Parts: sequence; structure tokens; C-alpha cells
Amino acid sequence: PLVVRRPQFENLCSTVITMGTLCHFAWHNQFLSFQILHSQISYIEKQATTVTGCPLLIRCKNFQIIQLIIPQERDCHDVYISLIRLARPVKYEELYCFSFNPKLDKEEREQGWKLVSLNEEYNRMDVPNNYWQISDVNRDYQVCDSYPTEVYVPKSATAHIIVGSSKFRSRRRFPALSYYCKDNNASICRSSQPLSGFSARCLEDEQMLQAIRKANPGSNFMYVVDTRPKLNAMANRAAGKGYENEDNYSNIKFQFIGIENIHVMRSSLQKMLEVCELKSPSMNDFLWGLENSGWLKHIKAIMDAGIFIAKVNYWFSYIHLLDQILYGYLDGDPKERSPVIDQFIECVWQLMEQFPCAFEFNDRFLIHIQHHIYSCQFGNFLCNSQKERRELKIQERTYSLWAHLWKNRADYMNPLYREDHSQTQGTLRPQTAPCNFLYKFWSGMYTRFEKGMHPRQSVTDYLMAVKEETQQLEEELEVLEQRLADLKKVQLNNRKENSKQQDHNTHLGLSTSNNSIANTPQDYINNVKSFPSRSPSQGDEEDSALILTQDNLKSSDPDLSATSDQESGVEDLSCRSPSGGCCLPSEDSGKDSDEAVFLTV
Amino acid sequence: MEFAELIKTPRADNVVLHRPFYPAVEGTLCLTGHHLILSSRRQDNAEELWLLHSNIDSIEKRFVGSLGTIIIKCKDLRIIQLDIPGMEECLNIASSIEALSTLDSVTLMYPFFYRPMFEVVEDGWHSFLPEREFELLSSVTNEWRLSYVNKEFSVCPSYPPAVTVPKSIDDEALRRVATFRHGGRFPVLSYYHKKNGMVMMRSSQPLTGTNGRRCKEDSALINATLRAGKRGYIIDTRSLNVAQQARAKGGGFEQEVQYPQWRRIHKSVERYNILQESLIKLVEACNDQSHNMDRWLSKLEASNWLTHIKEILTAACLAAQCIDREGASVLVHGTEGTDSTLQITSLAQIILDPRCRTIRGFEALVEREWLQAGHPFQQRCAQSAYSNSKQKWESPVFFLFLDCVWQTLRQFPCSFEFNEHFLIVLFENAYASQFGTFLGNNESERCKLKLPQKTMSLWSWVNQPYELSKFKNPLFEANSLVIWPSVAPQSLQLWEGVFLRWNRSSKFLDEACEEMNNIIEYNKELQAKVNALRRQLAELETDDGMQESS
Repeated sequence: PLVVRRPQFENLCSTVITMGTLCHFAWHNQFLSFQILHSQISYIEKQATTVTGCPLLIRCKNFQIIQLIIPQERDCHDVYISLIRLARPVKYEELYCFSFNPKLDKEEREQGWKLVSLNEEYNRMDVPNNYWQISDVNRDYQVCDSYPTEVYVPKSATAHIIVGSSKFRSRRRFPALSYYCKDNNASICRSSQPLSGFSARCLEDEQMLQAIRKANPGSNFMYVVDTRPKLNAMANRAAGKGYENEDNYSNIKFQFIGIENIHVMRSSLQKMLEVCELKSPSMNDFLWGLENSGWLKHIKAIMDAGIFIAKVNYWFSYIHLLDQILYGYLDGDPKERSPVIDQFIECVWQLMEQFPCAFEFNDRFLIHIQHHIYSCQFGNFLCNSQKERRELKIQERTYSLWAHLWKNRADYMNPLYREDHSQTQGTLRPQTAPCNFLYKFWSGMYTRFEKGMHPRQSVTDYLMAVKEETQQLEEELEVLEQRLADLKKVQLNNRKENSKQQDHNTHLGLSTSNNSIANTPQDYINNVKSFPSRSPSQGDEEDSALILTQDNLKSSDPDLSATSDQESGVEDLSCRSPSGGCCLPSEDSGKDSDEAVFLTV
Repeated sequence: MEFAELIKTPRADNVVLHRPFYPAVEGTLCLTGHHLILSSRRQDNAEELWLLHSNIDSIEKRFVGSLGTIIIKCKDLRIIQLDIPGMEECLNIASSIEALSTLDSVTLMYPFFYRPMFEVVEDGWHSFLPEREFELLSSVTNEWRLSYVNKEFSVCPSYPPAVTVPKSIDDEALRRVATFRHGGRFPVLSYYHKKNGMVMMRSSQPLTGTNGRRCKEDSALINATLRAGKRGYIIDTRSLNVAQQARAKGGGFEQEVQYPQWRRIHKSVERYNILQESLIKLVEACNDQSHNMDRWLSKLEASNWLTHIKEILTAACLAAQCIDREGASVLVHGTEGTDSTLQITSLAQIILDPRCRTIRGFEALVEREWLQAGHPFQQRCAQSAYSNSKQKWESPVFFLFLDCVWQTLRQFPCSFEFNEHFLIVLFENAYASQFGTFLGNNESERCKLKLPQKTMSLWSWVNQPYELSKFKNPLFEANSLVIWPSVAPQSLQLWEGVFLRWNRSSKFLDEACEEMNNIIEYNKELQAKVNALRRQLAELETDDGMQESS
């Protein structure tokens, strides 16, 4: 038997089966089991053997932490070796998405992939237009293999300029349109660093930037924003790379915003997660660790960059943005995990906190996307470029996450979303003044598997239930009004036929419409729809103070589905205070154990 | 009137008011006995600021040429700036404000002069009398009685005239126990848990001293609350070390030998000036204008405010756990039993008792566990976060309690009838108010000041239907269960509604609240319509049936 330890959760487990894409834990009674995807495993560590057995620590990319205690060291080593191997697939074909089958037919699968189309996104921005056009210069990925085949560039940029510029850019990622604001013609383009070294220059690249500047006739200069700290950019010059020299480019304003590179970010995230892992930390341990990790500082730096001051509040445009970021960043060594995407998702969350009515989706949407980026259950996040994706026939062989999320979109809706944008007038302008305190620790994401820590009732779910009920009430109201009108007509007719009944009817205030003979009234009482329950499951379950658990991950994600969290989670108070040492003989410890068991159907 | 002497310059023109997130307002500044009033003369955008002098925590003055600037820091944590032309006017106004905001005599305070503009339907001074609370108790148990042993405030000056004690203990025994407890605060009933009949009592420390003085009436009193063969828990809000040191000063704690049926747990909760310093540091951090993330987090940590929140909540959860999960009675005390003890007994009731999560129930709780229980509001709330005087009586004890309630409210957003705004109003009124509710340090003082006759109760104002509607939580659905908040650091947050209230624009958050209200109001409206239609149809149908049958 194995002991599987998770925070607030301890249970005996009889077998660990690691095969294919899943690590499967089964218990003696066979009713309980839970599994984690190999692709979610980010780190495995064999810890020092204890009397009970050999502990194996598994950290997942979705911030779940599992400790296995395996009695035999030999078994432990075997599991360790197989997990190491399976967590690092060598071929794309080993990934779960190639075997995952949600039982959709071919058409539905194609439909799913069509949900998000790059071209439609640009069309929504009113591109192509007088200033921007699609260029086919990258057909067959001739110019840049990490760009898609269709690239949006200024009209005045000829193929010659583009190709020339691409030769001057790292990995040939020439400047291309990322976002266009139709209200003021402003645009955001992205590119890689120029291969400027200390003095090199490239005429075509200079022309390319001029073309971009001219594509906004309302402005006579443009900003070039370098996301690195200046020091890093300067250091890169020694390697023949670097940054644009302001002297060589007319009318540009250059700005460094000091977002640290992925190595710094990764260690920062790691430090923050370590803080989250602390066993009953004091408030000071936690805040000190949070500060020390610098994670929130990085988040703020990214936010300050203003690169997100954009219309990100549409469902699809969000996905689109995400796609772009992924095209841009998930590169190179697949073992090199970059927290860039985690940071992007968190930035969106920080914005949601500041602008509660501006986003159509809720935080569960972000958390599920984060999960699936690493789950490899869907083909969306595979490969590093459109080229590779086409070669692997991703669209024919795997399914699209967006279709999956879209199907369950009701779970991801923000009930407070205001379509009219009254709050934002289109663009979100996060407060940048002294607002450090606005950046908060996202407990819902980083400690998402520690159910006890989250708000026990979810405002989002409550409001969604109210909205759903409202919708049903609206429908019922319509039906009732119709019935009432019909009934009145019938009675009116009756009255005409039976004048002696007249005084009996008058007190009902009948309308005098006498158009047509109405239907016979039907049974109303049995027709009443049952409303979604939004009352707490009171009664038999003692202290199930949970009405709607925030992380109640709905049935839409089978592999995420937590048990319905009926236990209100009495904190083990005496444990949390090391000074106290006054452990109460409590029946709660027994209760806690069946709280977090993951059920798989 | 005495105030006229203090007001050297009652009025100044062309004064400019600066506040964060608002455009500057130019207008006329007037000083009255209790208010600082700035009214803008512009017709298109008339604006008035009324500030109670008693709300002013500290003022600073600065001069640039003949233009004087007064920076006013308020007890509700707001900071405003007034530009006053003319050096003399400015100096006069500053010294008047200083004098008027630090009046010594309680009877000069605004509540004694305030005349309400609303009709008093229910006098809040009589809403939560001990007799009424006892009536509620007697409907579920007859093991308790209301004792008037303290009628003249002679047994315990900080207790109300009527207290609830075990039926089997007579007044004579109570008098004797009072001599054995600090400040005469003998153990009294704080909360009765209907579910299992367990109780929570509170008192002050026993005066055992170094030679282990004992009092058999004392153990008899608390033993009277135990069921046969059951043990109880004594939660001491001091560390064991501090409790032991207290013996040298005549205080002490219950020794096992004398209280064999009780198990003592020490749960250290900070008190007095440490809390006050913590508040000062936290507010300083919140007002820090720098852009540095690290400094913010380290300052937040250094303030220790959230640590206090965690300690208090943990101790309260422990008390609640003993009662509800262990099925044991609990006695809570620290040294004096007027501060940390009350934080814990009142929070435990929020956790255990659904009634305390309603507006009226919460008012009753504040009345019972804070006002009548003798929390010295006047001493504790004399100064707030901007105080520079080093008086040792100020301490944000009640403020911390409200913050803990807010943390719980945040974790159970659908289980409270009131909203965050209600808690903020209580915070404001505890520090500066037109109502007499929070004046005085205990019932005895309130009685001498004749507050119920001479001032208006906060509850009289709050409980008007129109005002009440502003404090209602639209998400509230009565939850009859015990609620267990998480006390993990990851679950505790800064109470932005209070600490960042004046430092951030709340436009978008207000809009979210409004949207939330709209969603729920619309739902209710539809529900009412549907019900009305159903009734109407049912009536028509019966009529129809009658017609057909006739």
C-alpha cells in the first residue's frame, strides 16, 4: 500500500499505475481513485527514506503538489524512473491529446478548430484596410518559420523591405501587426530583437519601421518598447544582437520597461510556490516570502508596460491574444518551462479584479486555460509555430480546447459583465499611480488545490444561478401572461353568452378585447419549472456551510473534477499555531481526509 | 457659548480643498463648534464638505509665502488639504481646529448638541436591553438567571447592572468571586449554543498572585456550567509566559489543581500599544506614494496587522471549535477581560450563531459584547492612525474585530445580512460620531452622562428602513450553519474598503456592486410578478370552474 499525501488529505492507496499518459492512483476499495496527467508533472523528487517508506514528491504545473509514500524503495525507484520518463515525452505523439477522444465526429472537430480564426480576428479590428494588408511573403514559411503564413504588414512595406528586415531580426521575426485600434489608427506590432550588435544597421529594417509609423497618419512618431531591462539589451549587443539605435531610425522613441527574462521569472515563480507550500506559515513568513519572490513585482512591471491596455475584453479576442502570445513565446527547449503564460494569465486576472464588469469570462476560465496549457489534452498549445502544427496535422488528429470551453461556456461567464462597456469606454486604463497594493496574491490559482483556503461561497456562481433563474422567470412570465390573456378571452366569451354571470366576473377587471376565441386554459401548476437550487444544502449534512464552492470545477472537466466539497473545512487550528501545541482531540481530522479525495468517474 | 472663544477666525474665503481623485474645490471655509464646513460657491457645481472636529486625528500646517496650507488627517483615515490665503487666517484656523478636535470634556462633544433630522421610530437605547436578551435565552434553557448584583455598579464598575449567571450561584457568591477577579469582572455568560447547550463565558484574570490564592466560589461558579463528567476549556488570551508574569502583579491564571475539570489553552493575542503601532505602520504603508512593489509588501508585513487578524481569528475559531465540535463549555479571559477577550467571544459568536450574521443580531452583539461588556471605547478610540501623542490607552481593538468580521464576510459572501459598508459605518462612528452610542467607557459612565436621555443612539438612525436598505447584502441567504473561516495567510487580505478607501478610485468596484444589485433586484421583481400572475390565474380558474359547473 502506498500513502498519498496532499495538503489536508491523506489516504492509503493500493497501487500506482503509470502508463500511457496518466498516472493513476487506485485505492483498495476501488471506489476512490485519482489521476494526474504525466504532462502536468513539472518536478519529481525522491526524498529521504523514512520508517513508513520512501517519499516521492510530485509537483505539477497546475500548482498541485502530491507526496507518495511507497513502502519499498525499489518500487519507489521504479515509479520515479517511469515518471521521469513519461513526464518528458520525446515525441509529440506520446502526448495525451493524440489519444484523447471526446467522442466528437469529424465535423464537430473541424467546427471546433474553426471557432478561432486569425483572419476573423483581424477583420474585427477592421484590418485589412487602407493602411494594412495581408502579405503572402511568408507563404510556405519562407521568411520566418515561427510566423504564420499570413502576416499583416503596412501597405507601403514591399516584399523586399520585409525580407530585408527579417534578415536583420533575431530568428527572422520581422515587425508585424499584432493589434490595430480602429478608433485612432494606432497599432501594436511585434518583432524580435534586431541583430544590430554595436553598430550594424539595415536600411530595409529602418524602412519597415517608417512604413509602420506612416500607417498611422495621425501620429508622427512611434514608440519602440523593449521589454527587457536595459542592461540585458546592452549585454546582447556583444552577441551581435541588441536594440534599435535611435539615431538610425527617424521619429522613434525608445523605451525599456525592464521585464526580466524567463530565467528570472521562473525562479521567482518557484520561490512564490515554495511560500505557498509552507506548512502553516505565519502571516509574516507568507508576506516576506511573497515579497522575496518578487513575483508581484514582475506582474506589476508587465502591467506597467501597458502592453495590455488593449481591448482584451472579448471572449475571442482574448483567445486570440493568447494564441499570439503562445506563438511568440513557447519556443525552444520544451523542458524549459517558461512562466510567461502564467504571468499573462495572472495579469488578466489582476485586471479583472480592478475592472469587475469589463470581462465576459470569469476567473475559472483563466484557471482552466492554465490547466489545459499543460495538460496537453487539446492540440491548441502544441508545437512552437503554425508550420510545425501543420506538419503534425494537429487539426486533424487532436481536438480544440476552445470548442471544449465554448461548449461549457456557461461555467465561465462573468455575471457582472456589462456589454455596453460603460465602465471602460472600450479601453481599460489600469491605475498606475501609487497602486502597488492593487496587485494581490492570486490564491485561487496558486493554491487552487488547497480548498480550505478559498472563499467558501462564490459570488460568481451565486449570481449565475440568479441569472439563470431570472431567465426562467422571464419565460414563465411570458407564458403566464399569454395564458391569462387567453383565459380572459374565454371568460369574456362566456360572459357574453351568460349575462347572468356578469357581476361575478367584473371584479376581476377583465380586458375588453374580444378578438378571437382562445384556447382552453391548461394546467399551470404542474407546468412550473423547477429552479436551479441556490440554497445551501442544509439539513442532513452537519455544518456543510458550503453553498457554492469556488473551485467546484463543474463537470466540464472530468480530470479536474473535485468532489463536491461538503465539508466546511475546519482549519486544524491547533496545528496552525506552532506556539499553541494544544491539539484538540478532534473528530475533524477524520473528516478532512475524505474531503479532498478526487473522484474519477 | 464656550466654543466662540476657541474660534478666532470663523470664516475664510477662497479656500481650496484638495482630495485624491477629485478636482480641487474652491469655496468658503466655516468653523462651527463641532464642524469644519467648506462650501463651494459655484452655482453649477455646489459642493459641501462637513467634517466633524472630533474626526480630526492630527493637523499639519505649511506656508508658501502668504498662502497657508493645512493638511488634515482624519480618524477615518482620510487626508485632505486646505489652501488658505493669508497667514493669520491660516494660523487662526489651524489653532481653532486643533483646540476643537481635542476637547477634554465629553459633555462638549457633538452628540450632546446633535438634533436628529429624522423621526425616531424605535429608540435604539432600548433596543437591546439585557432583559430582552435574557428573554431569548430563557426560551431555550432555565439554567441561567439575570442577576442585578451590580445594580449600583458597586461590584464591578465596568459591568452593566444586569448580568447572566448560572442559576445555582447566588449574589453573595458573585460578590465574593468579584473580589477574586481583576476589576471585579466575575465570569458571566457570553453565549449559549442552542445546538448542544454548551456555553461561552468571559471574565478577567483570577487574582491568584504569587502565593496561589484561591476562591472556592470562583471554581463553583464556572463548574456550575459543566455537565456531569464533562471537561471545559479555559482560553487565556495571553501566552503562558505573560500569564505567569502577571502573578507578580497580583494577577494570574487558573491552576490545574484548583480547576481539575478545566483544561487551559494559551492563545496569545496582542494588545494595547502594540496594536496601535501596528495600525500606524499599516496606514503609513497604505499612504506611501512610491511605486516600489517590494517596499509595499515589506511594509505590509512589518506592520503585523494581518498577523494580529490571524491570531484573533484563530483564537476565536478555537473557542468555537471547543463549543461546537468538542461539545465543551469555554471560559475566555486575558488580563482585564475588556479587549482581546471581547474580540474572541464576539467573533466566536459570528462563527457559531447565524443570528449574529443578521443586521439586528450584529447590533445586539456589539451592544452586548462590546458596549455593555465594558470595552473602554472612549479611551481606545480617542486617536486613530495619525496620532502622534504617545498616550497608552489608544488601541484599535474594536477596529481589528471589525476587520476580522470583514475577513469572514469575504469568505462567506452569502451568509451575512449586512455588507461591508455597515462595518465601515461602525468603524467611523466608533471613532467620531454624532450619536452617543460609543461615548463613555462602560455602562456606569454612560449612565452618569445620561446618554440615553441626552443623546441619540446610533441604532435609532441605522434601523430606519431607508438607511437599513443601504447596509443590506443583496447576496444574503440565511445560512443556519456554523461557518468556519480559513485562517491561512493565503486567505487573509488587506481590508481595502477601509485602508485604501481614500487612496484608490472605487468607481469600477462600485459599478460592480450596482450591477450585482441590479441582477438581484430584477430577479426579485420578476419573482413578484410571476407570483402575482399565478395567483390571478388561480383565481380566474376557480371562477372558471364555478362558471362551468353552474
